[in-house]
Amino acid sequence: MLGKLNHAAQWLSTPLLPEDYLGLLDPLWSAEELRGRVEGVCPETADAATLVIRPSRGWRAHRPGQWVRIGVDIQGRRHWRTYSLSSPPERPDGCFTITVKAIPDGLVSTHLARRTAPGTIVRLAGPEGEFVVPEPPPPRPLFLTAGSGITPVMAILSGLLPGDTAHPTWPPGQEPPDVVLVHSAPTPQDVIFGARLRHLAARSPYLRLHERHTRSAGRLSPADLAGLCPDWAQRSVWACGPAAMLDEVAAHWTGPADRLCVERFRPAVLASGEAGGRVRFTRSGREADAGGATPLLTVGEDAGVLMPSGCRMGICHSCVGRLRSGRVRDLRTGQVHGEAGDLIQTCVSAAAGPIEIEL
Amino acid sequence: MPAPSHLTRAEVEEFGRELDRIRDEVLAGLGEQDARYIRGVIATQRKLEMSGRVLLFASWLPPAWAAGTAALATAKILENMEIGHNVLHGQWDWMRDPKIHSTTWEWDSACPADLWKHSHNFVHHTWTNVLGKDRDIGYSALRISPEQQWHPVYLAQPLYNILLALFFEYGIAIYDLELERIPSGQKSLKEALAQLRAIAGKVQRQIVKDYVAFPLLAGPAFLPVLLGNLTANLARNVWAHTIIFCGHFPEGAEFFTEDRLQDETRGEWYLRQLLGSCNIDGSRLFHIMSGNLSHQIEHHLFPDLPSNRYAEIAPRVRALCERFGLAYTSDSLARQAGSVWKRVLRLALPGPGPQPTAATSPARKLKAVA
Ligand SMILES: Cc1cc2nc3c(=O)[nH]c(=O)nc-3n(C[C@H](O)[C@H](O)[C@H](O)COP(=O)(O)OP(=O)(O)OC[C@H]3O[C@@H](n4cnc5c(N)ncnc54)[C@H](O)[C@@H]3O)c2cc1C
Ligand code: FES
Repeated sequence: MLGKLNHAAQWLSTPLLPEDYLGLLDPLWSAEELRGRVEGVCPETADAATLVIRPSRGWRAHRPGQWVRIGVDIQGRRHWRTYSLSSPPERPDGCFTITVKAIPDGLVSTHLARRTAPGTIVRLAGPEGEFVVPEPPPPRPLFLTAGSGITPVMAILSGLLPGDTAHPTWPPGQEPPDVVLVHSAPTPQDVIFGARLRHLAARSPYLRLHERHTRSAGRLSPADLAGLCPDWAQRSVWACGPAAMLDEVAAHWTGPADRLCVERFRPAVLASGEAGGRVRFTRSGREADAGGATPLLTVGEDAGVLMPSGCRMGICHSCVGRLRSGRVRDLRTGQVHGEAGDLIQTCVSAAAGPIEIEL
Repeated sequence: MPAPSHLTRAEVEEFGRELDRIRDEVLAGLGEQDARYIRGVIATQRKLEMSGRVLLFASWLPPAWAAGTAALATAKILENMEIGHNVLHGQWDWMRDPKIHSTTWEWDSACPADLWKHSHNFVHHTWTNVLGKDRDIGYSALRISPEQQWHPVYLAQPLYNILLALFFEYGIAIYDLELERIPSGQKSLKEALAQLRAIAGKVQRQIVKDYVAFPLLAGPAFLPVLLGNLTANLARNVWAHTIIFCGHFPEGAEFFTEDRLQDETRGEWYLRQLLGSCNIDGSRLFHIMSGNLSHQIEHHLFPDLPSNRYAEIAPRVRALCERFGLAYTSDSLARQAGSVWKRVLRLALPGPGPQPTAATSPARKLKAVA
């Protein structure tokens, strides 16, 4: 019915869409372009803040642990970044939250955490991601997090632990959950969601929380981990944090591969000083000189091409474009590859010489 | 008018570098303010259009008809000129907003955006005022330069020009089909037919919208709404035609021959854009209503710089022209339009012989000193 009405209304709005006019009244009425309105910004630590966002029509609820892509206008230009959803799905107010840690010199994170006012409209895409806990959840999950890596786990925890009931009952024969969370941050004040986590751990007999304050105690090593959680290799592990920590966990993991789930916030890029080349974006008719270590995604965006993008780290394939000529370098491995017709992930590929790409 | 022949090749390139510097400065300074400007113009245009259409529903009251028609005409002019033309030039692509981007924009004109981008952005802006290359010279229908061979059909060109003005959007759409390239095989019939279908599809939707759907919705006010929409469309067409003709065809605008293009440097390209374009003086509102094509010179030098910046760089471009002894043609709308019409009337008749300001001299001389 609504679809038919909308279709008929297009005869009145052509060449625009009805929502281009309706959007003047409320930007969230848009259905073609997923949008969100920042309803509130709550500081979490000195450099992190949680943003409460009301999505427009068409947003589908996420699974805890998934991420959303957010398009933010800064200085007139749109920038897309990925943030884990830090709220459980289907909040009563219809909003969701993301929690952003401002990194030094970080363009979007600083803008979101420090300079975003309620009422701001952002673009959205998603939710997506595989950093989720299966249904039914495994009885003994272990979460290994550091810094802003706690965000997806915060959303997961709320679903795993029984609500605020003082004496939850379990169906006969089913084990109550036994959740361990080992979280690292420089100091107690730097722990994102610190108060909530401590409160949760104090109330729930099913959650064991280990905070590691790295400024005084040093970085957590795999040996420390074995001390804190001796059965860690028998558990199902979800790990999210800096690359060095994740690499170490993966290297020391002795359990089956499918019981270790890792979420990376940034790609592991191989530094490369190699030559780039001239890039021609055939569909938009733009050209630009590209360095050998600059992702084609960035090159296109800077040249004003409408580049599709997603995670910006080589996992979601939202950013692919068809190579018409030339070869590209995979920034994760340094390998040079590509033939005409190949679909190239622009976020992790750089030009290795002059190339043409259909974008 | 000082001819550019007094410049050495080095000076021409220095002139080009100075212009590049202006361009780089503007590009580096683009930000929040500019984004707010274009979003503001788009929102204003849409509100104006809605108000116009709502007023027209009450058009049995003559003042409502007049106000509604005026609002709709203004909205249609804004949509074509300050928004459509400039968005399709890619002036706002730097914002990376798919809703305001040259690759996704479609406008309220009979000519589909893709077709127009080719004929306008590429053919006209690259070959500006080059005879035999820039098809915009006289839009294939008019004799606008004495170098164009006279033919008896041109005797009626004042009439063609009036018709072209009234039905400008359709004229542009048909003209963009480049039908004259089909007999020679430069363009395939199949391609032309596909484009024709695209045009027909767009024209159909626009006609249904303005002449069927909105009048029907108005019920008893069917006829006044239809007439209001027709008036708004005609007013938009005449306005666009006037502004565009004043940009390239008044006295002072030069035409060039093809040999000018050989090994053309960046500096020489800038020079040709400058000499082939004319500005129109006016208020801020006038500049917005003309889509800032009143800054035709700045637009031709920097077709992809956001239009709201032309006014600010115009004094610098003008000063630069003074420094290099180059003509910077600018005059009131009445004078420029009068000059265009004088040209249309004069060239309807045979002659005159080649003009010293025209293709023959500056271009060749420039090559000769180079
Ligand atoms: C799946 C996924 C989920 C994510 N979830 C969250 C989240 O919940 N909360 C959150 O705060 N961030 C999260 N991120 C990271 C986020 O997407 C941005 O990369 C981060 O906010 C930095 O963006 P920026 O524009 O501020 O930095 P940029 O301006 O792009 O970069 C500035 C500098 O910081 C470096 N840098 C880039 N990313 C990081 C990083 N993640 N850590 C440290 N240095 C970096 C760059 O190399 C550069 O030198 C997630 C990323 C992914 C892929
Ligand atoms: S943006 Fe996700 S793979 Fe490139």
